[in-house]
Amino acid sequence: MESDILEMRGISKFFPGIKALEGVDFSMRSGEVHALVGENGAGKSTLVKILTGVHRQSAGAVRFAGKERDFRSPVDAREAGIAAIHQEASMFPDLTVAENVFSGHLLRGRSRLLDWKRMRKEAESLLERVELKARPDALVRELSVAERHLVGIARALSEDASLVIMDEPTSALSLRETEDLFRIIRQLRDQGKAILFISHKFDELFEIADRYTVLRDGRNAGAGAMKEATVDSLVKMMAGRELSHMYPVRNSSPGETILSIEGFSRAGYYRDVSFSLRSGEILGMFGLVGAGRSDVVRSLLGLEGRDSGVVKLGGRAVSIKGPRDALDLGIAHVPEDRQDQGLILEMSIGSNITLPQVASLAKGPFLNRAAEDELTRSYGSRMEIKAAGWGENAKNLSGGNQQKVVLAKWLATEPSILILDEPTKGIDVGTKATVHAFIAELAAKGMSILMISSELPEILGMSDRILVMYEGRVAAVFDRKDADEAAVMRAATGVAS
Amino acid sequence: MSRGRDGSGDVLVDESRLIRADLSLGKRLTGLALKWESLLSIIFIATLVLFSILSPVFLDADNLVDATFNFMEKAIIAMPMIFVILCGDIDISVASIIALSSLFMGMASEAGASTPALIGIGLGVGLLAGLLNGLLITRLDIPAIAVTLGSMSLFRGISNAVLGDKAYTKYPEDFGFLGQGYVLGIPVQVLVFAAVAAIAAVVLNATVFGRYAYAIGNNKTAARFSGVPVQDVRLAIFAATGLLSGLAGILLTSRIGSTRPNIASGWELDVITTVVLGGVAITGGKGNVAGVIIAAFLLGYMKFGMGVLNVPGKVMNIITGALLVVAILLPRAVESLRRRALLRKTGA
Amino acid sequence: MKRLLKRRESILLISLVALGLLVSIRARGFLGFENLDSILNDTCALIMGSLGQFMVILVGGIDLSVESVMAFTGMAAALANQAMPGIPAWLYLPAGAAMGAILGAGSGALVAFGKLPPIIATLGTMSIYRGIVFVMSNGAWVTTHEMSPGFLSIPSTPILGVSSMIWIAVLAVAAAAVLMRRTSSGREVYAYGGNKTAALFAGVSERKVSMLIFVASGILSGIVGVLWVSRYGMAHSETASGFNMQTVAACVLGGVSMSGGSGTVTGVVLGALFFGVINNALTVVNFSPFYQMAIQGFVILFAIVSNTLIDRRNQMKLAARRLI
Repeated sequence: MESDILEMRGISKFFPGIKALEGVDFSMRSGEVHALVGENGAGKSTLVKILTGVHRQSAGAVRFAGKERDFRSPVDAREAGIAAIHQEASMFPDLTVAENVFSGHLLRGRSRLLDWKRMRKEAESLLERVELKARPDALVRELSVAERHLVGIARALSEDASLVIMDEPTSALSLRETEDLFRIIRQLRDQGKAILFISHKFDELFEIADRYTVLRDGRNAGAGAMKEATVDSLVKMMAGRELSHMYPVRNSSPGETILSIEGFSRAGYYRDVSFSLRSGEILGMFGLVGAGRSDVVRSLLGLEGRDSGVVKLGGRAVSIKGPRDALDLGIAHVPEDRQDQGLILEMSIGSNITLPQVASLAKGPFLNRAAEDELTRSYGSRMEIKAAGWGENAKNLSGGNQQKVVLAKWLATEPSILILDEPTKGIDVGTKATVHAFIAELAAKGMSILMISSELPEILGMSDRILVMYEGRVAAVFDRKDADEAAVMRAATGVAS
Repeated sequence: MSRGRDGSGDVLVDESRLIRADLSLGKRLTGLALKWESLLSIIFIATLVLFSILSPVFLDADNLVDATFNFMEKAIIAMPMIFVILCGDIDISVASIIALSSLFMGMASEAGASTPALIGIGLGVGLLAGLLNGLLITRLDIPAIAVTLGSMSLFRGISNAVLGDKAYTKYPEDFGFLGQGYVLGIPVQVLVFAAVAAIAAVVLNATVFGRYAYAIGNNKTAARFSGVPVQDVRLAIFAATGLLSGLAGILLTSRIGSTRPNIASGWELDVITTVVLGGVAITGGKGNVAGVIIAAFLLGYMKFGMGVLNVPGKVMNIITGALLVVAILLPRAVESLRRRALLRKTGA
Repeated sequence: MKRLLKRRESILLISLVALGLLVSIRARGFLGFENLDSILNDTCALIMGSLGQFMVILVGGIDLSVESVMAFTGMAAALANQAMPGIPAWLYLPAGAAMGAILGAGSGALVAFGKLPPIIATLGTMSIYRGIVFVMSNGAWVTTHEMSPGFLSIPSTPILGVSSMIWIAVLAVAAAAVLMRRTSSGREVYAYGGNKTAALFAGVSERKVSMLIFVASGILSGIVGVLWVSRYGMAHSETASGFNMQTVAACVLGGVSMSGGSGTVTGVVLGALFFGVINNALTVVNFSPFYQMAIQGFVILFAIVSNTLIDRRNQMKLAARRLI
């Protein structure tokens, strides 16, 4: 179409042994917000990397702003007018806002030396445009995640980009911050910019996007106007099957209170958080990220401090100063960031699975390899981890299998309380279902589970009770039968009920 | 299908599989030979051969045994340094700890202390110095390079301040046995080193502590989340480094029979060179004891051989410096050539 | 204004002045022109060497070859002077700079093309360069007797009442400040050290940054080497031994982060001056010179610990600022 600012035709990308993209067509118009949808591994990131010049396509053509393009480096793409705002990776925390805004094209004065005065002034007007109240001389490390996103947008504006790519921009934003961001995005769209928006949060897509394109297994799987799509139709295109029966049917009868959090407070993070967990129940913690759930959990585990608050296990107050203490008390924690917190990528699957128990399995100070192998085999097969062998390095596994390793590791400790932080984030639909079934089975056998999730369907489908947090406080607690999407979302967005 | 690490979780190639699958037996043997320890051993043997050709006195058994006196002390410190670097830290204060422990032994000896007491003092001072390092690094979360930079100056500075331009030379008769004596024809120093090396190897490969060290070096955060007592392990490592530096101080002082201000000057860099040459990655997470032992002997005998050939000390430095650089460059160059050839073959 | 005062450099400057005032109570004339001139002259080498070290620390590395480059260019200059006393004195400095640039490029190439970590590359070049110094002179020392008067007066030639060495240091500081603050290459070093992935994505060339920092450090060390040897009137293979760690200490004191990405030229200069003032104070107050190292070590530890505690408090204040 003539009004298309971007036209990618027949794009294929091969890596040795792997077809990341095959014959993908993708186009965008000026003045639209276009959602790129697909599971992990569907090819979204590869497509974006081709667009931003990080990779070169193996086949196919890219036409941008009326010209055929062959980007050989990110600099080429930037100069053509394509700007990407990454989740975190593109800010320089120890440099000023102004310098970050102009990074890559620092302004010069007449003497060919850098002109900070001019940069400061222009940065000020750009910051005003994106409604960011920060001084140009402030260091980026002093800004919140939401503020950094806005700096990224200011940067895109300073480069006079005509296509702005946002990859999961709201994953660390509060609801208010997300609204602010969306307002800016709409402004940019109305100014004629094309915005490529990648997100797995359907509610956001329906709110902000004009059109969508779905990728599945490296190929086109559907496209159209956002207002004509439904969650079901999108999921069907993404996964190739219906959404129904994704969550295991559960008949739960939770028992006594086994864990209670009383009066957790930490200035700047959360206030007066109290709740309890009963044995055999799944308590879902919902809230849009930034609500404070992970902070509360990390404090519970002794990974972070707090100003006040008591933890009681079986009615008795306990002191937990770190993951080791938690383990000894029977509390296991599957962290949010699989690769940085959950696994040691350079070590074998076996070493990863046995790590928390290496000391208790040991004979005195000496490693007990036989016992370790037994443990690994036992839990590794229970979780159905697909790998060439238990000695394989964790980094060679797929995201889903990596998560299984993390789960195996913690289940092997035979905890009575299991805390899951975003257990199915970034996992393909098939593995997701396996994991959910597994969690339900554990609860049925009496384990108490605290599950943090940002995916409403997951929370609604899995929990016996739902705890909703909003801006550091407990907004509401629902029983399964009283909870529905609307009620939970209202609580999570701070709407008084 | 396998995926590699990529923030987006997207599909990347797993080259290790491809490389493994592509190699025939011959190439696989070459791969084994290219393993670090094998490479070092070959260089070691080549060195011995070279020097025995160049000088008839080199291969004399007594000379070879006596040569060890020059590098056993450093080799002893290299053992705990393996753990330090494995965890991603560094300790440049080790030579200064030798100076400090030697100082206190000298003072005690002047006051009439006996050899067992001196041993206790030497070890004790070393341990306390290591604990100071470790506490500042782990409890205050300060980078090891910064802390040991300060303590390096402080420890040797204290020694300088007390010694001035004097030296302690009064040591009991039997004290010299530790650094100069033999047992059944083997120098005491070698026996001490053998014990230390054996303990280090066992700890690293067969104990929980060793597994913890590898975990910390590869991913400190994940290790912590998995219940590994990260800070305690690091503290213990710095304390052990101090202790063994104290031990080295005892042996060195005993060998030269005196305490001087510039004792063990510059040794920290020699120790680090030995460890890195031994295959321990400076960024942490990889390495083992065997490689470092070979590296210690390689460097030690190389220097001895050069000494026999009357090569001046500073020129020896050129050779060891060049050896370090080439030894680290070589495998990287080979690896990148291999990778390039493979990618060319599969047509990326 | 309050923000300006809270900056690390301001705290350092104030401490420096306070220290000076304190010592001047004990020793009159400490803050007098003559003594200040003496302090400056003694600290020039440290200032310049630390600036070079600063650039390498900015990318998270460390340059262990500083003292060796100094010894190299110093010895080469001394030997040249000995063999051909007729060489005009002004030629030595640019020659030293050029030589230092080449030596630095050697380390830089190992890092940029050999992909060696800076600490290992310079561990190697340090030994190699120092060894070559020995070979150059056959182990002999070159002393004042072998040096021409013109050579010996290179650092002390007065220009407008201030020694040439101080002028050179001032030029070096100015050049470093302009490079790091006002050129895109300088900012690329900061970017690369602050967030490597983002920098590479923004088009920063890893090789260019690596070569730049080591060549710059080499140039500075090269100049300092000539000044050092002509000032102290001797060149030998142990010249400037121990200088490396002093430059790192000056950077640490000056607030340069050891993990890279932050630090200022001002801070480095103040850090070096701090040590210069301390060393001078020790002599003036008749403290034994043997105490120098211990005090240095103590100062370093004190500075690091207090920096860390201050940073931690700032972090907490930042968090409390957030919503809620």
